[in-house]
Amino acid sequence: MTGNHLIRTENLVKTYPMGLSQITALNNVSLVFGAGEFSGLVGPSGSGKTTLLNIIGSLDSPTSGGAEVLGRRIEKLSHREAAELRNHSIGFIFQTFNLLPVYTAYENVEFPLLLLKTPAGQRKKMVMEALEWVGLADRGRSRPSQLSGGESQRIAIARAMVKRPPLLLADEPTANLDAENSHHILQTMEKLNRELGTSFLFATHDEKVIGYLRRKITLVDGRVAKDETFPSPAGKGV
Amino acid sequence: MIRFLSLGLWRDRSRSLFPLLTVIFGVMLTVVLFSWIKGFEDNFLQTNARLGSGHVAIMSRAYAAEADQLPNDLALTGVGGILERLRRDFPAFAWTPRIHFAGLLDVPDKKGETRAQGPVGGLAFDLFSTASPEKSILNLELALVRGVLPQKKGEVLLADEFAANLGIGPGATVTLIASTMYGGMATANFTVAGTFRFGAPAMDRSMMIADISTIRALLDMDDAAGEIVGFFRAGFYDREKAERESERFNNLYHASTDPFAPQMATLLHLSGMSQLLGWMDAMLGAIVAIFLTAMFIVLWNTGLMGNIRRYGETGVRLALGETKGHVYRSMISEAAIVGLIGSIIGTTLGLALAFYVQKHGFDFSGMMRNASMLMTTRFHARVTGTAFYIGFIPGVAATVLGAATAGRAIYKRQTSRLLKELEA
Repeated sequence: MTGNHLIRTENLVKTYPMGLSQITALNNVSLVFGAGEFSGLVGPSGSGKTTLLNIIGSLDSPTSGGAEVLGRRIEKLSHREAAELRNHSIGFIFQTFNLLPVYTAYENVEFPLLLLKTPAGQRKKMVMEALEWVGLADRGRSRPSQLSGGESQRIAIARAMVKRPPLLLADEPTANLDAENSHHILQTMEKLNRELGTSFLFATHDEKVIGYLRRKITLVDGRVAKDETFPSPAGKGV
Repeated sequence: MIRFLSLGLWRDRSRSLFPLLTVIFGVMLTVVLFSWIKGFEDNFLQTNARLGSGHVAIMSRAYAAEADQLPNDLALTGVGGILERLRRDFPAFAWTPRIHFAGLLDVPDKKGETRAQGPVGGLAFDLFSTASPEKSILNLELALVRGVLPQKKGEVLLADEFAANLGIGPGATVTLIASTMYGGMATANFTVAGTFRFGAPAMDRSMMIADISTIRALLDMDDAAGEIVGFFRAGFYDREKAERESERFNNLYHASTDPFAPQMATLLHLSGMSQLLGWMDAMLGAIVAIFLTAMFIVLWNTGLMGNIRRYGETGVRLALGETKGHVYRSMISEAAIVGLIGSIIGTTLGLALAFYVQKHGFDFSGMMRNASMLMTTRFHARVTGTAFYIGFIPGVAATVLGAATAGRAIYKRQTSRLLKELEA
């Protein structure tokens, strides 16, 4: 698997044991994602979206087939190497924000840089920059409990983006937000994709998110049912 | 990262305050109990040394074999010469001869008839010589309850309780009926100069203190003594040194077959005290072990609860790219910080309490009215160098072990389930 791509999966299969039988979560999934994409995996619950996101995010490995992410073969990574890949090159945004509750917004954004052992001066500059990207430079001292849902998710985006990863994975990022906040978040992510060239890959069945995608991959029963690309966002404003 | 962890600890009180309080309390208790037992041991040793047979005692082999019977017929002779050699060759000790004796003390009325009488145990030592260390060793001035210290031959001190039971006080005349070194009957009248209380029930019930020259004359023990006792000039009993000096002395008489040859015994070998001190040391070990176990269980449980509560946080950290080993080590670092701070505070509080008890002590006289051991009724703690660090063993070890055991669950987490778990 070579070529000018960010992610490439080939005949990816993932099965889980369920009692005496096996559940097939992904069945021969072959996909290629280039740099700077703003794409999404869509489909009903149980279609394999999160499983694929897990494998691309080096949180899981395939049962068979292969996945190459940022030049690394996921199926061959040790736990430590997988953590290193996530630490250096992949940002995560979760449905429930998952900010560390005892730390301020600033410290939450700072955390990935601490793991990367970034020098203090540079760290401060990068954190402030990330907070400015999401429009929350003035909320750095606030604790997660003092932030609204929208603000929390924006801080989560800043945390995911602060190390400037080439790839950002977002699992149902708007599921806990109202329409206004969802659009705000999506506009922020779209802007970051445009300005920083970061690739975004969503797992979602939220029509609001789908409306912003430039590529939509529909999964059904672990197979790629449809792979559509749009010259401009699929349906902004839905 | 340490600053980051410390901030988390500081802000999340359930992660720091409860474990910290547990460590502080446990460490404080360890330090206080350790110092208390050390003080108890020290009080016990010092009391037995002062009122009994010194830090080391030299007796004839025959006397030593039946020392419980106070067999003055087997006493050491030529004491002057032995003392001279001891002061020259064993200068670490202050040497002084003592005679323990027993008899009947009779209180006559005006006609010379018995008004009251009772069995008496006696201790004779050098009361009058200015070079004698006995007055300071026994703190006689402090022990004096009524009257004055004997000023001349023929004057004695009586235990205050004993004198009260006999219905006499300072100035009274008493008759001692005893047996001489050669088995003859000895009687002599004495004047009670004063009464004493050492705070050791065995001494305070029916004891008499007299000058050794008076008792030597009465019991035909010219230049003889039941024992020559030695006290470390440093004041405290040094087990290792006492054993070494004792061995050195006994080697001098190793070849002799004379049953009256002198032999030196240490405080620990007198009255079976080595067993008691061994028991005390075992108690100390048990206390540390019990605290270590109890605190380990409590802190392990705290660690488990913390892991459950912080399940989401560790999940996020793993997803963001922190390795399991790093998360695990950071949990242990947090525990070490809590253990260290708790141990420092606990040790400080424990030492403060121990120093207070060292200075003021606790009075147990009410519980020891019938005690027959040479023990003081006021117990003091003793703060030793060990007390400054012993609390860190349970404090840091239990906290770190508890966190290390509880934190192992981190290795069982499957990263493939993180996204699902974090959605919950």
